[in-house]
Amino acid sequence: MTTLLSVSDLRLSFGGLLAIDGLTFSVNEAEVVSVIGPNGAGKTSAFNCVTGFYRPTAGQIMLRGRSLRGLRPSAVAALGVARTFQNLRLFGELSVLDNVRAGAHLWLRQNVLDALLHTPRYRRSERECTEQAHHWLDFVGLRGDRYGEARHLPYGEQRRVEIARALARRPDLLLLDEPAAGLNHGEKTELLDLIRRIQALGVAIVLIEHDMGLVMEVSERVVVLNFGKEIADGRPEDVRRDPAVIEAYLGSDTHA
Amino acid sequence: MTRVPDTTPEGAPEDTVRSTAADTAESTGGSATAGAARAAAPDEATGEAVNETTNEAAGPARKTAEVRRRGAGRPPTRASRLLQNRWAGLAGLLVALLAPFVNATPYALSVMTSAAIFVMLAAGLNIVVGYCGLLDLGYVAFFAVGAYTSGVLATRLDLPLVATVPAVIVVTVVAGIVIGAPTLRLRSDYLAIVTLGFGEIIRITANNLDVTGGPSGIYGIPGLAGSPVAFYYLTVVVVALAVLGAARLGRSRIGRAWRFVREDEDAAEAMGVHTYRVKLAAYIAGAVWGGLAGVLFAAHLSAISPGSFTFLQSALVLMAVVLGGMGSIPGVVIGAIVISILPEILRDLADYRFFLFGVLLIAVMLLRPQGLWPARSKEVP
Repeated sequence: MTTLLSVSDLRLSFGGLLAIDGLTFSVNEAEVVSVIGPNGAGKTSAFNCVTGFYRPTAGQIMLRGRSLRGLRPSAVAALGVARTFQNLRLFGELSVLDNVRAGAHLWLRQNVLDALLHTPRYRRSERECTEQAHHWLDFVGLRGDRYGEARHLPYGEQRRVEIARALARRPDLLLLDEPAAGLNHGEKTELLDLIRRIQALGVAIVLIEHDMGLVMEVSERVVVLNFGKEIADGRPEDVRRDPAVIEAYLGSDTHA
Repeated sequence: MTRVPDTTPEGAPEDTVRSTAADTAESTGGSATAGAARAAAPDEATGEAVNETTNEAAGPARKTAEVRRRGAGRPPTRASRLLQNRWAGLAGLLVALLAPFVNATPYALSVMTSAAIFVMLAAGLNIVVGYCGLLDLGYVAFFAVGAYTSGVLATRLDLPLVATVPAVIVVTVVAGIVIGAPTLRLRSDYLAIVTLGFGEIIRITANNLDVTGGPSGIYGIPGLAGSPVAFYYLTVVVVALAVLGAARLGRSRIGRAWRFVREDEDAAEAMGVHTYRVKLAAYIAGAVWGGLAGVLFAAHLSAISPGSFTFLQSALVLMAVVLGGMGSIPGVVIGAIVISILPEILRDLADYRFFLFGVLLIAVMLLRPQGLWPARSKEVP
C-alpha cells in the first residue's frame, strides 16, 4: 500500500486567525479517507490548500513525492487531483456535456491550427471528448437531459454532473466536498454506491462529509478536525469511540 | 488491498457509440457563417458519417446509448434545424456576394465594405467579450495598431499592402500581450477601466508621433484590389474566413476553455484550465482579428487618422456584440450589420439620425435583452 498524498504540519492563517493549525494526514492509493469535524474546523480550507486555491502558511503537501505547495490549481489538477465544490460550481449556462468535457480538457490533443482547419486530429479528439463525457455521465448514472443547460437539472443531478466532471479529469485523487449535502435518502444510497465504484477504478478519495452514516459506511480511515487541529485519525469504528471526538461534537461539561 | 476494477477510464470510448458529428459540429449552437465554410470542406460531414457507420454495435451498451439518446434529447424543431445548419451560413454569404448585383453605386459599395469590416471587428471582440467574458472597452486599440502598422509600412517602405500582413500579425500579437499580460490579472470592472485606458493611449500616441503622421494621419495607402467591387469581394471573402475561424475556435478545446473561464474561473482552474493563459489567448486572438480588420480598413479608405479610432468606435463594436447576442456568431454578424447599416438607412432624417439610432438600440435591448440571435448551449444529439 503506497502513499499517494501526504500532508504534514499544514498551517494556514488568515491574518490573526489560525484556520489550520498543524494538520498531518496521508492518503494511500485507492483509499477512501473522510475528513470530518464541526463547522469551521478547517476542512474546506485544507482542501483549498491541497488543490492550490489557498497558499498555506507552512507545512508540506506531497503527491507521490512531488510538492504541491505554491502550484496554481490548474497545475495541481494536471498532476492528477480533481475536486468538487461544497456549493455546486457547475458551468450553469453550458450544456451538461460541455461541463463534463471540462474534465477532459487536459486529455485533448489538439492545437489552434487543428481547430481552424478541422484536421482529422481535431475531429478525433472532439469525438473522443464527447464519448468520454457520455461515459462518465453514464458512470454517475445521470438520468436528466445531458444536451441542455446544466442549470436546468435538479439539484441532485447537478451533484452527479459535478462528480462526472471531476472523474473526466481521470484523477488519481478525488476530493469530494460534502457530496451528500442536500441529497435525499435514495440519492445518498446511490452516492455510496458511486463512491465505491470510483474507488474500484483505483482512485483515492478524500471526503468531507457531515452525514456520519455515509462516512462510517464508506471510509477506510477518518480524520477528525476541530479548530484547525487534528484530534483523531483512525478506523471509523475507533474514531467514533474516541473521547476527544465525542467531546468535539457533543461538547463537554468540564469546560462549561 | 486488491480490487477488481469494473470499468477502466481508458475503456470508456468503446461502449459509447453515438453521432458525434452532430455533437461536436453544432456543440455551441448555430453558427451560420461557420456553415458557409463547412461547405467549403465538404469531406467533413461525410467523413464523420463514415466513422459512425463503421462503429460496430457494442451489444447492450449500444442499446442503452440508443435509448438514452431518444429519451434525453428532444428532437430539434424544424425552425432551429433550418437556422442551425450550414445553409443559413451559406445563405448569408450568398446575400453578401449578390448584393453588388442589386446596388453597386460607389456609395452602396462603400457602405457594404465598411459593414463587412465591422463584422470582422465584432467577430474578434466576440472572442474576448462573448466567449471569454472579458469586458474590453478599448478594442479599437488593436484596430488602430493593425491599420497604422500596415499603413506606415506600406507608405514608408513602398510595400504592397498584402506584404504588411505578417508584420501586422506579429505587431498585434505583441500588442495583445503587452496590453493583456498586466491587465488580465484583474477581474471585471477593473479590466474594463484599464482596457479603456489602453484604447485612449494608443489613439493619443498615434496623434503625437511623427511616424504616424500626427493628427492628420497617413494618406496614400495603396489599395488591395483594382476596383471597389473587387475590393468588396475580397473583403467579403476575408471576413467570411475570419468569422468562420472565430466560430471554429469557439467550438474547439480552447473555445470551450474560454467559456469555462466566463462561467466560473475557479471551477475551470480546478479542472486544469490555466485561466490566465486562456484569457491571454482570447485577448491575442481578438487582437489579431482587430488588426487584420485594420488592414482592410486602411485599404478601404486609403487614409487613416486618429479620429477613426475613438472610444465611440470601441463602444459601437461592443454594442454590435451585445445587440446581436454575446457568444453567438450569427448574432454578432447580424448585430454588426445592423449597427453599421442603420445610421446609413436613417441618413434621410438628417439631424434626427443619431437620436433615432439611439432610440432603436434602446428599444432592441428592452425587447430582446438576450440579443437578436442569442447563443444557445443546447446541443443537438
